[in-house]
Amino acid sequence: MGSIELKNVRKDFGAISVINDVSFKVDDGEFTVFVGPSGCGKSTLLRLIAGLEDISSGQILIDGKDVSNVGPAQRGLSMVFQSYALYPHMTVRNNIAFALKMAKQPKKVIDEKVKKAAAILNLTDYLERRPRQLSGGQRQRVAIGRAIVREPAAFLFDEPLSNLDAALRVQMRLEIGDLHQNLKTTMIYVTHDQVEAMTMADKIVVLNKGAVAQIGSPLELYNKPNGLFVARFIGSPTMNIISGAPAAKRNAASIGIRPEHVEFSTTAGEWPCKVRLSEHLGADTFVYVEGAATGPLTVRLEGEAPVEPGQAVYVTPKENRLHRFDKDGRSLA
Amino acid sequence: MALKQSTSQRVTMSVIAWLVALLIFFPILWMFLTSFKTEADAYAIPPKFLFFHWTTDNYAEVQSRVDYVRHAINSIVLSVGANVAGLLLAIPAAWSMAFAPTKRTKDLLMWMLSTKMMPGAGVFMAIYFLYLRGHLLDSLWGVGFLLMIINLPIIVWMLYTYFKEIPVDILEAARMDGASLRNEIIYVLTPMAVPGIASTMLLSVILSWNEAFWTLNLTNVNAAPLTNMIASFSSPEGDFWALLSAASVLAIAPILIIGWFSQRQLVRGLTFGAVK
Repeated sequence: MGSIELKNVRKDFGAISVINDVSFKVDDGEFTVFVGPSGCGKSTLLRLIAGLEDISSGQILIDGKDVSNVGPAQRGLSMVFQSYALYPHMTVRNNIAFALKMAKQPKKVIDEKVKKAAAILNLTDYLERRPRQLSGGQRQRVAIGRAIVREPAAFLFDEPLSNLDAALRVQMRLEIGDLHQNLKTTMIYVTHDQVEAMTMADKIVVLNKGAVAQIGSPLELYNKPNGLFVARFIGSPTMNIISGAPAAKRNAASIGIRPEHVEFSTTAGEWPCKVRLSEHLGADTFVYVEGAATGPLTVRLEGEAPVEPGQAVYVTPKENRLHRFDKDGRSLA
Repeated sequence: MALKQSTSQRVTMSVIAWLVALLIFFPILWMFLTSFKTEADAYAIPPKFLFFHWTTDNYAEVQSRVDYVRHAINSIVLSVGANVAGLLLAIPAAWSMAFAPTKRTKDLLMWMLSTKMMPGAGVFMAIYFLYLRGHLLDSLWGVGFLLMIINLPIIVWMLYTYFKEIPVDILEAARMDGASLRNEIIYVLTPMAVPGIASTMLLSVILSWNEAFWTLNLTNVNAAPLTNMIASFSSPEGDFWALLSAASVLAIAPILIIGWFSQRQLVRGLTFGAVK
């Protein structure tokens, strides 16, 4: 079991409020991702849940029990750090076994559990090595191994993949996904990478300046952002935001349309534009255009699109995919 | 450094380095040579460097006059004892300063260091009378305690600097793994800080070993370390340089040997690598 609930949690460092009245619930077995730009407080929030920082006010409940004043060791959570934070003077075996030794489990049980964790993570051949003799991906696995042997109520991941190269990141992303499938334990995962958030999460908590901007499933956030911030943050390439006449025509202060939700034509359409640049990714082409009424826009086309810089083109938004925002950046129904 | 050096540059640098080393080492070398001379040779002008009548009489004389072994044991007990006790106090202190600092931590460190700037003579009367009344004069416990107090600021300061280099993440990982504060310090922090702790220990042993002001004034027979032994050879019948040198060589020999063997220990950095 491992449900985690935050009630009006605040964290102040001196006069600066880092986490401002945050409330939400993570259900048992759910994969929840905290995402937001750097400095939004997502890592601090995770550290508050871990107990590595004390909350200034509010409550944190694990399985309905208030743990606000309980130390990190007693909360029954495991954490995987961005830096891996392995014990450099211990072998892989002892790194993984450390938590069990601290819990004074019998040696036989420890050996058994370490063996099992090592098998799951392909570390069996490396048990006698020290962290510095391992590659980045292997170190990451040791960090995960150390977390799983404790059989925690929930796993906390603090940007665990940001030190890995792109290919390894995708692979580890899948492995963490598999791990969640197998263990069905609650996981909270912090990242600034919205692609990681979209691909891994059951539920995403978007944070902005220490407050929750929106909570929802990846597709809810993609389809129904509650404001400009989430609209811009979720989705890649970023949503086009247009103000002025095209927005006024639709009774909004600004409108948003995703690059993949427009009709693109060389002959006719609503917004006449000039091509600035196109990026060919093979499966997709991103065309960057400049419109007289709209300003710069990004258009995503499937496959290869033969367009030339300077060419005149027309962009028309799909009305049912259009997002409308009021002057404060909130979504209009 | 990726600077390329020509062979001639490297040779020049080596020669200079050797000369500087010799210059620094020379007094000890001279003392060592003098300890094997007769008193007449020790005073000879021009000085005799290697070609003199080598004799071990001085060492025999030292041994016959004083109990070298007892002084040496006292020195070892005092410096090692003061050191171990100091570390037991300093490790938790440095932990809290490095990993749970407050606004006043920097001031506290400065204040601790500033106590080292006060001359011992300034508090001599106070300490002497305290020890007199407390029956602590000439006792190993009393002097050892004093040596520990004297070196504590430096031990804390040095450990603090070493601990600062240890990534907090690793300690936090231990906390998440269920380690109590005590276990965190014993099983994670201390092993990672071994090179730092070792060099701190060496320095503090040397400082205690060399301490003369307090040991001369507070000890007499039972707790007298090697510094007292050397002093006892200086005044009464005028200066006997060869004899004094022999006593001095005997006094510094143990610490010199320890230092020699722990060199590699100190340099070897076995800590970092788990954190990118």
